Amino acid sequence: MSFVNLNDNNLQKRLSREFRFKVYCIMAMTFALGFVLFLFTSIFSTGYSAFYKTMIPIEISLSSVVSDSNSFALMTNEEINDLSIYSLSKKNIYNLFPNITDRKEKKEILKIFSYEFEDEIKNFLKDNKENINDINIIYLTASDDIDQLHKGNFPRDIPEKRRRLSDLQLSFYDELILENKIETEFNFPFFTRGDSREPELAGIGGALAGSFFTIIVVLILSLPFGLLAAIYLQEFAPQNKFTDFIEININNLAAVPSIVFGLLGLGILLNTFGMPRSTALVGGVTLSLMTLPTIIIATRAALRAVPPSIREAALAVGATRMQAVMHHVVPVAMPGSLTGAIIGIAQALGETAPLLLIGMVAFVVDVPSTPVDPSASLPVQIYLWAESAERGFVEKTSATIMMLLGLLIILNLTAVIIRRKFETKW
Amino acid sequence: MNETKIITNNVNVYYGEKQALHNVSMNMQANEVTALIGPSGCGKSTFIRCLNRMNDVIDTCKVEGTITIDGYDIYSKETSVEKLRERVGMVFQKPNPFPKSIYENVAYGPKIHGIANNKNELDEIVENSLKQAAIFDEVKDRLHEPGTALSGGQQQRLCIARAISVNPDIILMDEPCSALDPIATARIEELMEELKKDYTIVIVTHSMQQAARVSTKTGFFHMGNLVEVDKTEVIFSNPSNKKTQDYITGRFG
Amino acid sequence: MNILSLFIILIIAFIGYFVGRSRANSIRNLSGKRLTSISHYYGYYVAIWSLVPAAIVFLLILIFNDYFVTNYVLSGYEDLENSSRDLIMAQIENTRNGIQLANSLDSNIIAAVKKLNYIESQYRISGFIVVLSISAYLFVHASIKISPSLDSRKIVERVFLILFFSCSLIAILTTVGIVISLLFETLKFFNSVPILDFLFGLNWSPQRAFVSDVSELVPEDIAGAFGALPLFAGTFLIAFVAMCIAIPVGLLSAIYMAEYASSNIRNIAKPLIEILAGIPTVVYGFFAALTVAPFVRNSGMSLGLEVSSESALAAGFVMGIMIIPFVSSLSDDVLNSVPRNLREGSYAMGSTKSETIIRVLLPAALPGIIGSFLLAISRAIGETMIVVMAAGLAAKLTANPLDAATTITTQIVVILIGDQEFDSPKTQAAFALGLTLFIVTLLLNYIALRVVKKYSERYE
Repeated sequence: MSFVNLNDNNLQKRLSREFRFKVYCIMAMTFALGFVLFLFTSIFSTGYSAFYKTMIPIEISLSSVVSDSNSFALMTNEEINDLSIYSLSKKNIYNLFPNITDRKEKKEILKIFSYEFEDEIKNFLKDNKENINDINIIYLTASDDIDQLHKGNFPRDIPEKRRRLSDLQLSFYDELILENKIETEFNFPFFTRGDSREPELAGIGGALAGSFFTIIVVLILSLPFGLLAAIYLQEFAPQNKFTDFIEININNLAAVPSIVFGLLGLGILLNTFGMPRSTALVGGVTLSLMTLPTIIIATRAALRAVPPSIREAALAVGATRMQAVMHHVVPVAMPGSLTGAIIGIAQALGETAPLLLIGMVAFVVDVPSTPVDPSASLPVQIYLWAESAERGFVEKTSATIMMLLGLLIILNLTAVIIRRKFETKW
Repeated sequence: MNETKIITNNVNVYYGEKQALHNVSMNMQANEVTALIGPSGCGKSTFIRCLNRMNDVIDTCKVEGTITIDGYDIYSKETSVEKLRERVGMVFQKPNPFPKSIYENVAYGPKIHGIANNKNELDEIVENSLKQAAIFDEVKDRLHEPGTALSGGQQQRLCIARAISVNPDIILMDEPCSALDPIATARIEELMEELKKDYTIVIVTHSMQQAARVSTKTGFFHMGNLVEVDKTEVIFSNPSNKKTQDYITGRFG
Repeated sequence: MNILSLFIILIIAFIGYFVGRSRANSIRNLSGKRLTSISHYYGYYVAIWSLVPAAIVFLLILIFNDYFVTNYVLSGYEDLENSSRDLIMAQIENTRNGIQLANSLDSNIIAAVKKLNYIESQYRISGFIVVLSISAYLFVHASIKISPSLDSRKIVERVFLILFFSCSLIAILTTVGIVISLLFETLKFFNSVPILDFLFGLNWSPQRAFVSDVSELVPEDIAGAFGALPLFAGTFLIAFVAMCIAIPVGLLSAIYMAEYASSNIRNIAKPLIEILAGIPTVVYGFFAALTVAPFVRNSGMSLGLEVSSESALAAGFVMGIMIIPFVSSLSDDVLNSVPRNLREGSYAMGSTKSETIIRVLLPAALPGIIGSFLLAISRAIGETMIVVMAAGLAAKLTANPLDAATTITTQIVVILIGDQEFDSPKTQAAFALGLTLFIVTLLLNYIALRVVKKYSERYE
């Protein structure tokens, strides 16, 4: 009798079926993992370029504004703000291409710069009061279209009519390239500025601050309430109908679609309680209600994992139930509960839908400085920019996604580290 | 014969519908070791947990009858379980030190009862308790290391130190050696010999040899009934009940 | 009434803790006997007395302040309706804040502003005094009451327990809040639109009912504009596409992880797949709109098919990817909990691995796996951002995945984003949609959890 029977047709068939099945499984797995990879590379490859911006140096002579360039040293910032240097700036910008004389064509020169060039020049003056010369080299932000052109995202080969840059502007760009006058630098303002209609000026500073305040509110509300509720339900609640009812409620809330919490925020917080619309405060309260079940469920699981012998040990030396729980059980369960809380916070940080309903989608230029200022949040900013038509917002959106994913990865890693490091093993 | 410390009278215990103990009446003398033996599930652990009301933790558990310690009914309304457990310490089957430092383990009881007035007194209590539990020499250099890092036998002695830190009258031991190796068991048994000078000890054990070695008096439980209680020598040499006879000769159990 | 008084009572409570503790300590040292509780419970005792009643009064005043202020200021206008009272109040407040609207600067309003300022400052000062004196009085009272026989531990622990209990009530309050906010508006909505027209109507065009002057509306017009069936169909279509992706991929991945993968691969692959669940949905939405939808459209066109740029296929595909982990994680757990002996029985008869999986494990684990599908469907139905960004906006009854379809969640967002006009059937319709969504997902979850629970009981 032999166990090696490779001529058995039936067995052959079964084995090849086995092989096929395994291949399907591996394909499914690869598909899912491949998609993670694809998503990340696609976002990163479109987004990384938003972290630098295109600048064009121009020479500016200020002799017509002030008699002596040293006098800037004596001026306050307000006085510099009051200077009218718009036409002077224009003149200096036109000097970049001395052979252009036609007025219409001159206007096109202006359009290769971001429209806030006057402010940029004033900021330069404010920052360098002591060292202003008669002729200064100032780097001005290029307009979004030039920026995109320089980053290789702007299709040049389509007909002029369907392009946002004219042939003339393209020739300006080529000339600047030849003269080595197009430079890039790290886009620091992207992290500090608020939103703007102009992609080259828009930043995520406002959204970052909004998310920060929202998360602070979520932390302040959901963490203590979640912890205490979980401790009560797991350690003290009598076994009765009412406790069951609370538990059913919590489990259901964990499964309610997030947009329903948005409706709650709109219907109760805004319209009934009259809380301020579009603010991180309302966003935070709404998201706290959403995060609460996650924290409660995680904390209860952590408490359940503490062996009963610890409670007994404390009770046997005469501790009350409250002391046994607060002194011994809760500290042991803390890492698990914090892990759950961090995961809940990460969910809240990435949540968008409820915020749309409570008005955190307003176009906010100013960076909010308190939780009751109108603000956006990172995911909402992604939504807002994703809906904009300009090519420049695509890379900004991707870059914002990179920031958001980065924060989420940091949060989740923290959770993993806490779990690994502080969890008591039995 | 020493004075009588604990008297139980017609104790019945129910878990929900199920009756776990039937009319248990027995006395335990001060400064003696009383052993409770019997096959598993016979109710001896249930009985010992009535003596410091650890059964209160279980919602469905109901205790009938009277248990008095020094003549005081511990199931009376005015009894504070915390005070009771301060006077009646307990050591469990599996060593269960708190996941804290050795020092914290022993200091916890005195702290919550406000026994020490200051840090020095507390240090003294911790040291004395550890000495009494015959573990001080092994741990004196690492008082602030976690108690869970000790060996099983050391952990159990730490738990004994924790139990005596609040200066109880009585120590209940619920199969304290069942998770330990023979050497560690021998050390605990030696320790009990020492401890009974100061404390009344009630021990549940599944090992008849252990009962014979350490106890003055032995009670035999079977199916929730106290079958027989007498001087240990009598129980092991000349029991009056047939069931006891069968059990100690190894016919069942 | 302001935050300052809250701050001061917090400080009083803080001091109270130390006063209580040191008083307990000194009593103990004098008598040489132990107190009923250890000293810091006496500290908490004083702190609780100084803080809790005063804080409750503070909250009450905060809640009813507006009511009394409004009543006082509008004391001449009792016969007005509530909404116009609110309007006048808003006008008065605007005037005070220097925001002048068309018909302000009328002498009544100026008088009212004065009244408002007066009463507010009165309330502020008296509230401040009341709260502080309660706190201070109880602080002294509690400190005096400290004695060796006072069982402060019992009292303090009871207060803590009540606090813990109240925290757990938040879950109920949230549910009640959701139900009330949804039900309230929905009932109003069904006043103007019959419920059957809403559930079975074929035409969804809420903007038609959204005209500048409500009185111009013909009731039939409103009723005819809110037929939500196309939304239900669209939601179902997109969820169906999503499940077509998520079920095979999720289930096969789960089988691979549970049965084939070595523990090393499993430890890496499982968290990697779960990343998919951790990515914010707005990212998927962006990805669907920017990459997947054009791709679907272009490949459809190259095959000669008419594909909408907001096709249900694109949105459903991305949503399917998002819910893969919901299927795979739970199915993986379920497969792992199938008892070993079932597996061994099958292997012992010479079955191959795949035969064991298909013939033995899957049937045994079926209820749990179906539970995971149901949970995934409920996720898909409630998902918002992907469909808002990648699905269509116009309601159209279609079963063609290449067509644009809109969903319940999309319409809620479309209606409520930006400024809404309240009390219009359009906004109320969003709440009615929300209630429908709430009920459906709740039912799905309930059934799923029941199924999973039944299953896990079977192998316990």
